[in-house]
Amino acid sequence: MLKDITLGQYFPGKSPIHRMDPRAKLILLIVYIVALFTAGGFLSYALIVGFLGSVIYVSKIPLKSIVRGMKPLLVILVFTGVLNLFFTEGQTVILRIWKLTITLEGLVRAIFMISRIMLLITGTFLLTYTTSPIALTDGLESLLGPLKKLRVPVHELSMMMCIALRFIPTLIEETDKIMCAQKARGADFETGSLKDRIKAMVPILVPLFISAFRRADELATAMECRCYQGGEGRTKMKQLRYTALDAKAFVLGGVMLAAVIVLKTLGL
Amino acid sequence: MSQAILTEHLAFAYPGVDGKSDTRVFEDLNISIEEGSFVAVLGSNGCGKSTLAKHFNAILLPSGGKAYVCGLDTASEDNLIPIRRSVGMVFQNPDNQIVANVVEEDVAFGPENLGVPSSEIRQRVDQALKQVDMYDFREHAPHLLSGGQKQRVAIAGIIAMEPKCIVLDEPTAMLDPRGRREVMETITRLNREKGITVVLITHHMDEAAQAQRVIVMSEGRIAADGSPKEVYAQVELLHSIGLAAPETVELCWELNKEGYDLPLNALRVEECAQTLFDLLKA
Repeated sequence: MLKDITLGQYFPGKSPIHRMDPRAKLILLIVYIVALFTAGGFLSYALIVGFLGSVIYVSKIPLKSIVRGMKPLLVILVFTGVLNLFFTEGQTVILRIWKLTITLEGLVRAIFMISRIMLLITGTFLLTYTTSPIALTDGLESLLGPLKKLRVPVHELSMMMCIALRFIPTLIEETDKIMCAQKARGADFETGSLKDRIKAMVPILVPLFISAFRRADELATAMECRCYQGGEGRTKMKQLRYTALDAKAFVLGGVMLAAVIVLKTLGL
Repeated sequence: MSQAILTEHLAFAYPGVDGKSDTRVFEDLNISIEEGSFVAVLGSNGCGKSTLAKHFNAILLPSGGKAYVCGLDTASEDNLIPIRRSVGMVFQNPDNQIVANVVEEDVAFGPENLGVPSSEIRQRVDQALKQVDMYDFREHAPHLLSGGQKQRVAIAGIIAMEPKCIVLDEPTAMLDPRGRREVMETITRLNREKGITVVLITHHMDEAAQAQRVIVMSEGRIAADGSPKEVYAQVELLHSIGLAAPETVELCWELNKEGYDLPLNALRVEECAQTLFDLLKA
């Protein structure tokens, strides 16, 4: 069950999307999100879906894993759908059940909202699927670099993020192990009231926290042993460099955003 | 030959908590380890061998006496970085020493900290990964590797810093027999081919037997020091501090108790078989 979580997992690969500069990908993600929230009509959505679809195709990320990543968000999707479906004011009533009415406007809105969330999530997934977390944090560190002048600890933040991402699978594995150990001694996580189930989580969280602290301590020692002294005077093996590939991607992204804005003004 | 590591009257105590008295680990330890040698430090749990290892890298500082690493005093703050550049340390749990999410990025972590230029880091990383036979896994995620593979990545991360000496603190304790063999092969090869000084902290007799020199510790003192054959022949001493000699030596020793007069220097099964064969023939 815990193994299903794919959030923040990187699929190594050699596609053009993989080879793009992480900064370019981050900027393009922002452009994509802006386009997504600007889009209003079917045509602009179709354009965005087309854009995303071709990125997925080029990146060679299996659709299955994107769908799998979506699973934990099913509740939010259903909730948003239902909310929009029933509570959008409109004239064209399609269905009336008791006090609830479904209008055509509501239906359209619900579909738009759900696809907007799904497109948003798929877009961010694509970024984490095709960019190694280190490249990603490097990209963030570099993009946020100017904030260093305002004494924002940019390097420290990116290091923390990097370590957090590194330890997610390790801690998931550990949680699985602890759960098995507790189950072997008769713990029950599946039945009982919600309160009982929350209570049953305590014996999992306590050992997990203790072990996480111990790991943190050991990792800090190991990092010190490898001469880590913060961001000062550090070099990078892979230096970030914009290439022709990134230029092409920027042009594509820009055209997409422009097209969406044009369609918006045309009301499509 | 010069000394990679030298301790003079080394003393250390963990400070007591809540008014309890300090826990003394060792009081007067004199060890010198020659450059290019392969030394195993052997001892049962709680004898102070891990504490000693931490002095070799200035993680812990002596509360008395001196520790010198490549001629540098560990007590001096200015020496900290040069010491950690020349002595790399590998710990027990491979999971807790891998920083990055991709194998090669992790190996690059050390050289990056040292401020090595990018193109040279690339070279060092590739070389280090080839030396531990993990080059084909350079783009893998560490959590998908086996324990032995992770530990070899950790070793590559140290080699990439080009240290003169590697201290390994029970590197095989959490590994299965296969992972253990992989790691031991890597260590011995590095010592033989690259001339890196290796200090192996362990409680496995058969691992220590692969070293050139074995130092046995007990209750913060040195109980025995010499070549594996010399040390393992002292079966009674080993027993008295809670260690067992290798099975082959134990066998000969048991036979000697029954009135035979066998040499106690057979560390490998073949040698032991030969000894017994000679005995039966005579």
